[in-house]
Amino acid sequence: MSENNFAFVSTSEKPQLPPPQGTTGAIGWVRENLFSSPLNTILTLLSIFAVYSTVPGVVNWAFVDSVWNANSLDECRALTENGACWAVIRERYHQFLFGFYPSELYWRPILAFVLLFLALVPALWDGMPKRGTALMASMAYPFVAFWLIWGGFGLEPVSSTKLGGLLLTMIIGVSGISFSLPIGIVLALSRSSNLPIVKSLAVIFIEFIRGVPLITLLFVAHVLLNYFLPKGVNFDIVLRVVIMVTFFASAYMAEVIRGGLAALPKGQYEAADALGLSYWQSMRLIILPQALKISIPGIVNTFIGLFKDTTLVLIIGLMDPLGLVAPTLADQRWNGIFVELYAFIAFMFFIFCFAMSRYSMYLERKLHTGHR
Amino acid sequence: MSTSTVPADNSFQLSQLWRDARYRSYTIQIIALIVALSVVMMLIGNAVENLEALGKDFNFGFLYEPAGYDIGQMLVEYSSASGHWKAALVGLLNTLLVAFLACVTATIIGVFVGVLRLSNNWVVSRLMAVYIEGVRNVPLLLQILAWYAVFIHVFPTPKQAVKAPVIEGAVYATNRGFYVPGLTFDGGYQIVVAVLLASIGGIFVFRRWARQRQEATGQILPVGYISLGILIVPAVLAYFASGMPIGLDYPVAGRFNLKGGLKVGTPLIALWFALSIYSAAFVAEIVRAGIMAISKGQTEAAYALGLRPQRTMSLVVLPQSLRIIIPPMISNYLNITKNSSLAIAVGYMDLTGTLGGITLNQTGREMECMLLLMATYLLISLSISAVMNFYNESVKLKGR
Repeated sequence: MSENNFAFVSTSEKPQLPPPQGTTGAIGWVRENLFSSPLNTILTLLSIFAVYSTVPGVVNWAFVDSVWNANSLDECRALTENGACWAVIRERYHQFLFGFYPSELYWRPILAFVLLFLALVPALWDGMPKRGTALMASMAYPFVAFWLIWGGFGLEPVSSTKLGGLLLTMIIGVSGISFSLPIGIVLALSRSSNLPIVKSLAVIFIEFIRGVPLITLLFVAHVLLNYFLPKGVNFDIVLRVVIMVTFFASAYMAEVIRGGLAALPKGQYEAADALGLSYWQSMRLIILPQALKISIPGIVNTFIGLFKDTTLVLIIGLMDPLGLVAPTLADQRWNGIFVELYAFIAFMFFIFCFAMSRYSMYLERKLHTGHR
Repeated sequence: MSTSTVPADNSFQLSQLWRDARYRSYTIQIIALIVALSVVMMLIGNAVENLEALGKDFNFGFLYEPAGYDIGQMLVEYSSASGHWKAALVGLLNTLLVAFLACVTATIIGVFVGVLRLSNNWVVSRLMAVYIEGVRNVPLLLQILAWYAVFIHVFPTPKQAVKAPVIEGAVYATNRGFYVPGLTFDGGYQIVVAVLLASIGGIFVFRRWARQRQEATGQILPVGYISLGILIVPAVLAYFASGMPIGLDYPVAGRFNLKGGLKVGTPLIALWFALSIYSAAFVAEIVRAGIMAISKGQTEAAYALGLRPQRTMSLVVLPQSLRIIIPPMISNYLNITKNSSLAIAVGYMDLTGTLGGITLNQTGREMECMLLLMATYLLISLSISAVMNFYNESVKLKGR
């Protein structure tokens, strides 16, 4: 065959052509992700329409047209027809933060709040130098905070009826969170132990608490607890609520941790036994570190649930942020301003809960070692 | 050379109770039992003593005394002359009603949101993430109160609503509640209901027969249409045959208020709405986790076998993810039921509002009311968990 039969012979590799326009870059991404099928296109357009029709209105209402300086709702409305009247928050923010705590003593809860973060540092930051000593110091925090908030021993005492707002939420939430984890671990270990009596006691406690709504437990704390205590013994109402909330959260915590314990391969238990470790040694060194790691999302969800559930105390008459809405609305000047109040409180809770859930995701990623 | 590991001296020493693993478990258990029993005895002893000191006795006779208060929303006949037990029953039914309604709507919304959250469409998936995070991180009680306030302020008073009905003569939205046509039952309606129930049973029998026939012969029947026919035709025939005993009762505009029809009060609507919106976010996360947990290899294997995407979903992915989805879903339903007790904040008369609220305050029998209240909730919870355990056993991966 002669070589002249071919019109053209390539002697080198051709350079690659760029991909067709519209399959790469921003346009390609949009096509692939937003308009890949008719249904997808409809969904995209609907979502964009939903965002377009709500977001500008909300931004306008909350920021552009809002009023910060006014003495009553009528003054607000006179200044702007459809803007938020944040003046009520400006006037009463100290109530939403501290309840009816005496204003000259605000430094005490603020100091307690700052100390809380200092106490949390050793617990959350595992690379901290001298972590052991610092953790010991953190253990003393509850007593210091109690002393700062309620007074006594040289500080002017403040009664529980004065507590309210975010301060009350933090007191109930933080003490519930910090006590429910250890109690939950003990309950979970009891429930998965092979001692029948200990196991059934734990089952009864957990199933009873999980079977009733928190609000009935709060009713018990409110109206019934006095009957069960010896004569003359009387707990403070905030303390009673904290006890009940702690019980409630620890039952849920126990179930979450039990899930983690059950998810561990049996070989881990057997390996610990083979090493000759005692029960507590094997739990502390081998089982619990792994089980707790698996249950982190559940544990943090329980924390978030507990933090949100603190609002229920308004039903037994305590003045948490939500409980302060009614007295505010009862004020002649602010009658009818519910949207701003609810939005503000929702925002407050959102920040705390969202931060907690983000931290748990970070922790999950950090502790993820590729195997269970 | 081996030596016996059994100690020569077999005599029992007191220290063995703690040091010897054989006895230690008994020691621990007996101590735990003694501690638990003494705590319980102390609590009961204190309660008896305190009740005596206050001159109160412990009996449930008050349940038969007239309740003396009215309830806005009820499913069974009730008046203020009825006994406290009847009020509690109305409350229990109200609890179950709102819990059931919220479970249904939360599931529907939640499945949609969960699937859309997984969509490749960036805008839609972000939007759903915003909804889920926004709703989950705000307390439910706040949402219930906020929706209640919104419903009260947005909808007109009954007097204005009459002038601007949603559907003239049938549906009115007011700030006291929604008025919709209600059902009236005349004599003979039992026949229609019985026929309807029998048809539903018939559908199950027919489906089973159709499946067996398909397995035996390979022929496929239009099961959906035939089932629909079995459901509707006999019931309609029975309805006309028995002289149309079930009718509609339309709301009528009076001078100041609406009369007749079925009134769905604002507390119920607000509670239902808030519970659905809140719980749907949790359902969405459960659905998402369930679908994501099925490994991609399952889908690919199904495609390799030549199954179409829809069959892959219904025959391969869904049965496996349901095993993961159902248990948390049922415990979510349980949470909805327990969360419905927040009804007390908006004045919806559920079990907590009647038995734990007004009855408790009127009779002053805290101990009896709280015991009954907790026992009832416990019973509901335990029966739902029993269903869940039964289901878990039946779908559990069989270890071979």
